[in-house]
Amino acid sequence: MNTILVADQVTKNYGKFTALNSISIEVPSGSIFGLLGPNGAGKTTFIRIINQITMPDSGSVFLDGEALQPHHIQHIGYLPEERGLYKSMKVGEQALYLAQLKGLSKAQAKERLKYWFDKLDIGSWWDKKIEELSKGMAQKVQFIVTVLHQPKLLIFDEPFSGFDPVNANLIKDEILELRNQGATIIFSTHRMESVEELCDHIALIHNANKVLDGKVTDIKKTYKSNTYEVGLKTEHPDSLQNDLSHKFEVSPASFQTLDDNLKLKIKIEPHSSPNELISYLTSKAQMNHFVEVIPSVNDIFIQTVSKS
Amino acid sequence: MQNLRLIIKREFNSRVRNKSFIVMTILSPLIVVGMIFLVVFLSGLNSEEVRTVAVLDETQLFSDSFEDSENLKFKQLTDIELVTAKTISETSDYHGLLYIPQTEDLSQLDKNIQFFVEGSPNVSTIQSIERTLNTSLTNIKLENDGVDLLKIETSKTNVDIKIENYQGEQTSKMSSWIKAIFGGAAGYLLMMFIIIYGNMVMRSVIEEKTNRIIEIIISSVKPYHLMMGKIIGTSLAGVTQFLIWVVLGGILMLIATSVFGLNLEPSTMPNQEMIDQANASGMQAVLYDIARLPIGTLIISFLIFFIGGYFLYSSIYAAIGAAVDNETDTQQFMFPIIIPLMLAMYVGFFAVIENPHGSVAVIFSHIPLTSPIVMLMRIPFGVPWWEILISMLLLFATFALVVWFAAKIYRVGILMYGKKPTYKELYKWLKY
Repeated sequence: MNTILVADQVTKNYGKFTALNSISIEVPSGSIFGLLGPNGAGKTTFIRIINQITMPDSGSVFLDGEALQPHHIQHIGYLPEERGLYKSMKVGEQALYLAQLKGLSKAQAKERLKYWFDKLDIGSWWDKKIEELSKGMAQKVQFIVTVLHQPKLLIFDEPFSGFDPVNANLIKDEILELRNQGATIIFSTHRMESVEELCDHIALIHNANKVLDGKVTDIKKTYKSNTYEVGLKTEHPDSLQNDLSHKFEVSPASFQTLDDNLKLKIKIEPHSSPNELISYLTSKAQMNHFVEVIPSVNDIFIQTVSKS
Repeated sequence: MQNLRLIIKREFNSRVRNKSFIVMTILSPLIVVGMIFLVVFLSGLNSEEVRTVAVLDETQLFSDSFEDSENLKFKQLTDIELVTAKTISETSDYHGLLYIPQTEDLSQLDKNIQFFVEGSPNVSTIQSIERTLNTSLTNIKLENDGVDLLKIETSKTNVDIKIENYQGEQTSKMSSWIKAIFGGAAGYLLMMFIIIYGNMVMRSVIEEKTNRIIEIIISSVKPYHLMMGKIIGTSLAGVTQFLIWVVLGGILMLIATSVFGLNLEPSTMPNQEMIDQANASGMQAVLYDIARLPIGTLIISFLIFFIGGYFLYSSIYAAIGAAVDNETDTQQFMFPIIIPLMLAMYVGFFAVIENPHGSVAVIFSHIPLTSPIVMLMRIPFGVPWWEILISMLLLFATFALVVWFAAKIYRVGILMYGKKPTYKELYKWLKY
């Protein structure tokens, strides 16, 4: 597996405060990489180091195997969480300016801007000033500016904040399309539902330390609890629950069913097969519902953060 | 370099297209020219007013001394009591009543003369009367002592030393003054320019923070380029505005003078003696002096020091802008800018004009913060080229250093959103 970005033991201190403590992360190319962590964990500092806004105290970052250098900026597109545009500048002029700062020629920038403005249906804004646009509208312009120079690596810090659901979806689709075209995306957020939907790799940073990273499916496998949700129809729910609780770890569950009167979460021994549970249950009652409980990224997040 | 050009262009355009910039560019010359005309008009009104002063001279000694002038008329009252004179003066709406009482002893007279007036008297009127009385009384006393006034008049002398340097070139006494005026005007212009346009640089540096675009910009360009671009771009906008002011102001003045037919030259120069002296030593010599000033060096070094000085102060303004989040936080940092500027002006006006090559003047013309103004004032007096060169190098090196410093602060300052920095913190940031 190719990696586009490697961070090797990156450490950053602000005075006595440690923002990043020897963080090592590998971002596979072509992936959507979720950088997760509670507020103040050090995500933004890490992203700023990748963008060469600040320098690490120790450790190094490699892009495509090369230690980070100023010219790498052209290969990175960064949408910061703290974002804005020049208020009194016209949309088109501003987009052209920012694109040229990223090394595009004026003609090139104009052509690509036209493509993107048409694509996101904002062609008529070219001569408007930013101060005339709503926040969501301005965010669309920012998104375009971020991706315009076709960077290999895109970094989005909370990209969906400030978008209404329709536009958030639009942006999400664009992000997925960019990935399909070969870009790698680092995605920093603490909104887990978007991580679940988009990311195939994650790293979890907590209190300046990396506490978890890897493929989402692998992480979920290690975090599975061998717990199953079952829905049973029986005439004696109380006695059945009593019997079950002697054999397994049982807790009440809630989900939607039509006529089940006993809903339970049942945890089995790590190495036993769920088939045994199924055959035992079917001998006792009518089973309408049997689902493995897969930990959500949210659960893993909360579990890991509160554990450490 | 490409980015620097882009930044300069953007900064220039965003300043020049700003509505308030356009309004101020057009309005300022109008306001200034309007003010000048108002002042001229009002002082014209003022000087047209004619004051009449009643004189009650019981000694009869000064009856011929008071001569009517354009603005001041005298009305002699004779053979009446002081009380009556007062009533006359009051009811006739005279400016005042001058009362010279009868005395036996002339030496006591100077303390006993009175002036009665409604409210407070016009200062120049009183001065004029006092002058007249002084001259007349002195002459009367001299005559009483048997001195021939004619002899005194003929023996008055006015020594006029001809100044010539060892090469045999003649100069006038005005020479030093001309040089001081040239230098002073240049220094003053620079100070005005710094104060007016320095703030613009500072605001432009804060702009990225208030617009929250800072991270996008800083991840695309080097802070040093950003600072440099802002300083140059804003300066160019300032120069543009200044040139427009000069041209527009000149045109307006021309139009206004021809339309209203106002004579802008003051009718009476306050310092008549200076003009007499100038005439005496000859306008020619003065012109010769001006022509003999090192015009070439003067213009070139004026430009270089002007640009250097302006850039240096702009970079300090930029550093302040880099350290704060919004304009209200800038107040505490204004002090260090104003102090050296004031100091330079004082050194310029007191040390340089008194002794252009004294150690105070020399030292301050090398310290980068004061050198632009002090050196500009010294140059007309003739400064060796190597001194100018050293001073220039120091100036531009400091400028580059301060820009670097500002860029450093700017980069670190991003991480400190919403926190008011202290000097101590600024020092800490430098070490990051």
